[in-house]
Amino acid sequence: MSIIVRNLTKRFGDFAALDDVSLEFASGELVALIGPSGCGKTTLLRVIAGLETPDAGEVVLGGRDVGALDTRERRIGFVFQHYALFRHMSVFENVAFGLRVKPRGERLAEGAIRERVNELLALVQLEPLADRYPSSLSGGQRQRIALARALAVEPSVLLLDEPFGALDAKVRKELRVWLRRLHDELAISTIFVTHDQDEALDVADRIVVMHRGRVEQAGSPQAVYDDPHTPFVHAFLGAANRFDGHLGPHGFLADGAPAPFVADATWADFVQPDVEPAHAYVRPHDLDIHPRRSGRTDGIDAHVRRVIARGASVRIELVGRAGPIEAELERDVWRSLGLREGDSVIVVPRKWRAFAQSQ
Amino acid sequence: MSHVAVMTDASHRAGCEPARRRGESRGLRWALTAAALAFLGLFLVVPLVAVFDEALSKGVRFYAASLADPDARAAVWLTLSVALIAVPSNVVFGLAASWAIAKFEFKGKALLTTLIDLPFSVSPVVSGLVYVLLFGAQGWFGPWLTSHDIQIVFAVPGIVLATIFVTFPFVARELIPLMQAQGEQEEEAARVLGASAWQIWRRVTLPNVKWGLLYGVILCNARAMGEFGAVSVVSGHIRGQTNTMPLAVEMLYNDYNFAAAFALASVLALIALATLGLKLLAERHLTADALARR
Repeated sequence: MSIIVRNLTKRFGDFAALDDVSLEFASGELVALIGPSGCGKTTLLRVIAGLETPDAGEVVLGGRDVGALDTRERRIGFVFQHYALFRHMSVFENVAFGLRVKPRGERLAEGAIRERVNELLALVQLEPLADRYPSSLSGGQRQRIALARALAVEPSVLLLDEPFGALDAKVRKELRVWLRRLHDELAISTIFVTHDQDEALDVADRIVVMHRGRVEQAGSPQAVYDDPHTPFVHAFLGAANRFDGHLGPHGFLADGAPAPFVADATWADFVQPDVEPAHAYVRPHDLDIHPRRSGRTDGIDAHVRRVIARGASVRIELVGRAGPIEAELERDVWRSLGLREGDSVIVVPRKWRAFAQSQ
Repeated sequence: MSHVAVMTDASHRAGCEPARRRGESRGLRWALTAAALAFLGLFLVVPLVAVFDEALSKGVRFYAASLADPDARAAVWLTLSVALIAVPSNVVFGLAASWAIAKFEFKGKALLTTLIDLPFSVSPVVSGLVYVLLFGAQGWFGPWLTSHDIQIVFAVPGIVLATIFVTFPFVARELIPLMQAQGEQEEEAARVLGASAWQIWRRVTLPNVKWGLLYGVILCNARAMGEFGAVSVVSGHIRGQTNTMPLAVEMLYNDYNFAAAFALASVLALIALATLGLKLLAERHLTADALARR
């Protein structure tokens, strides 16, 4: 089922949790809503679910305006960050809850309910736990039960509010993969909220980056990562080095650099014709390092402070004139440079994105 | 400076003389425990034993006879009836008030919470007097009541009202923090799953507070049966009609019929002991629930 939100605004006192937000989600998509705390992502989810009423705007599910519909009629599955399992009911009864509270006319027979619950428990691979109580389950198990419970009523939309936020790193990674596989199997339109960008980039078909109640950018993980439209998105998704300087027709001249960064093919969309103060953002893996004696001038002077060799790539912490710089090179490339901690180098960006300081 | 010196001194002691330090703290623990037990013994156990001792001082037959006395039986019956009306009423009020306070935001919420505590801060005698003021023959509603031939003060209805007022906070005060700690997430989850308000109440909210509710009911009942001040003012002390057990005990005592007074008092004491047992049971479940929640 497709989801459309138009001009949603929601205030709590003076604080605008949602500020004229409009988005479209195609049917069957797995979308990640990502942003820092307080950006409005959870509020958006709750407004779609009907747990909050917006001050303005509309929510359209499957072509139907659900503004007047109460939560219980929207056929939405919701998974809370802290599971919200019914503590005094067994796992079986938790999953069966949605089926048991249906109006008499729609309610299934006891046998059918039992069958469906067992099906769902098998789906989340937790059948042996049917008679246990939530308090005796681990965090990861509780979250899977919460998901099974949400799926029991066959929702057309699945909303997950930081589903793995309360779990430890290893369990998070496992459940991430598991969620993606589950989605591929069931193909229910799913929106999940997270502040973990790795999670969003790994799992989602599309990412929506939110900041201060507004949508900063929406697109495929690749598009948002490679082609950020605003400084916030660039800095939020993936690491980024920031250089202050001026933007002009020849490129970006960082403060203190002898020559400007050479213009990247894609930068032309963002440059203004006049020279103006700007910030350039460069990802660590888009930086080339050359020894000082190489004589290049289109980069930043720096010296190597620390080298962290981890896995296939090497992380290099440098100190430039304006502050710390982080670079990432492949092991072989680093080794071929023959540089050590303390050496003076020139750091040259292969790819950079500049935004006027006024943005 | 001296604080630091004490710290280093203690750690020095801990490092150099561990056996002596352990002995010291154990001695302290024993001393405190003994003091607490002595306090309990003097102020609780001794009086309790004294009640039964005095009650049986004229023999078991006298004990049984004084309990079988019609006035005594009327007192027991009245106390039980009042409790049977007051406690369920306060359960309903308490559930409604705590649900409203814990789950919703509304104007006047703070006022309601304060009002709930009012019976605790007001002397029971004053509470009783208020009812006389309102419903007595010279009271605000006095003339209206007399003309409709309704007797509230110096009759059973007055006792019931006064008891409800005095025991009102117990259930609410127990449930409010419990419901607040439990939050609204389970209720929200139930709502999204399609449950109606009544279904949410019956299947989610109520079962979650059942031990807290039982605890509140036990406290409420204990106070309802034992209330003296407010009931004393409102009842008129009519032997055999408007005497609750505590009032009957006082009346017997004032008549110098000590053994009978203590006999009735011993019944109250037995009820108190039973209440204590139930309370311990409820407490254990409450703690287990709270631990599981973490």
